[in-house]
Amino acid sequence: MQKFANPARFLKLAETLLPPIWGVTILAFAAGLYMSLVTAPPDYQQGETVRIMFVHVPAAWMALMVYTSMAAASVMAAIFRHPLADMAAKAAAPIGAMFCLLALITGSLWGKPMWGAWWVWDARLTSVFVLLLLYLGYMAVWQAIEDPHRAALIARIVAIAGFINVPIVKFSVDWWNSLHQGASVFRMGGPTIDARMLWPLLIMALAYTLLFVGLLLIAMRSEIAQRKLRQLRLAGIEGR
Amino acid sequence: MKLIWALIRRDLTLATRQGGGAGTAIGFFVTVIVLLPLGLGPDQALLQRIAPGALWIALLLSVLLSAERIFQADYEDGSLDAMALGVVPLELVVLAKAMAHWLTTSLPLAVVAPLFGFLINLDPQDILPLWLAMILGSIFLSLLAALGAAITVALRRGGLLVSLLILPFYVPCLIFGVAASRASELVQPSLLILTALVLASFVLVPVAAAAALRAYLK
Repeated sequence: MQKFANPARFLKLAETLLPPIWGVTILAFAAGLYMSLVTAPPDYQQGETVRIMFVHVPAAWMALMVYTSMAAASVMAAIFRHPLADMAAKAAAPIGAMFCLLALITGSLWGKPMWGAWWVWDARLTSVFVLLLLYLGYMAVWQAIEDPHRAALIARIVAIAGFINVPIVKFSVDWWNSLHQGASVFRMGGPTIDARMLWPLLIMALAYTLLFVGLLLIAMRSEIAQRKLRQLRLAGIEGR
Repeated sequence: MKLIWALIRRDLTLATRQGGGAGTAIGFFVTVIVLLPLGLGPDQALLQRIAPGALWIALLLSVLLSAERIFQADYEDGSLDAMALGVVPLELVVLAKAMAHWLTTSLPLAVVAPLFGFLINLDPQDILPLWLAMILGSIFLSLLAALGAAITVALRRGGLLVSLLILPFYVPCLIFGVAASRASELVQPSLLILTALVLASFVLVPVAAAAALRAYLK
């Protein structure tokens, strides 16, 4: 881990990793979308609407996963002072916010025909909405504080404090009487979902994860470039 | 311990001599409550149904609006640097300041809030549970407000950012606070969860807020 504290080394790694990541991402999306839209059977109750799930569920997983990795990177930054950890957390936030938004939008598209309402205020939906607000708050901290070192210190605290919402989102369907269905994949006693639906779902999840990694590497690369630019600008002002 | 008392007493004295602490917050609270029937229409049954929730939301907003002042003046005139260098750990300074904020703003608000419930036709049998829940929950609100204030202490327009950052954390307090404010079998478990929230924030908030203050004092 400490080896990649050197941005130049990290950039080289990103350079070599990105093409294969994009390749596999495209393949996984092609396979996952084909399986989920064509070969997966329609649900016996929901009919064809169930296909929204293949977009919705992995997006929701990613929203949680990205926030978790953001908090983990913040802990890493606080303990080991890894110089890229803050950047990784900063770069991950907008991507996670987009996944979160995608989960909310596809969820409400599904909710209208199934529940008869675009939005209901139950525990799962509300806690995911709070997750989106936490993403936005985290991004606002980086925006509001000019000095990047100070912003990093404050953003860490915000990210770690907000992590408390992640288990609440995950277990909201168990703790409260929610309209949202309970867990059917990651649960004690194994998945209860049919294999013909589970496989496309898992492949879509893989595609989303790779998409996240690819976007994260690009965002971190541009973040490093931005810092360099800022340094050069400051040096230019001082040199005048 | 004596030093912590001194810190709390200092803030209390400052708040009473400067004025505009609890009084302004209560004024804001009443204004929000008065605006509600104007916006929603004077339907008594509707107002009775939403009264506990409306009072809670007004309480959250009033506490948040006064949050900015918790550390700002002390940061600007350098007292906070002196406190950070003193013998009392910064974590306890945060706790003392949060308690002073509670005593000067949140507690008076929570005490008088149910009285203003009459303006929006609060059910009389809800008054006692609402009172209990608000006094308990206001400790949590003040602690979290202190965290928000610490995170934005040096920012010129931190007020909006405090709201964006802290309101999501107020959600559990709002949910269980409102659940505890209606005379029903939900009162007791909700009060227990509110107590858990208060105790957890008592431990975690000072650590996080002190870390944020240190980042600014560097």
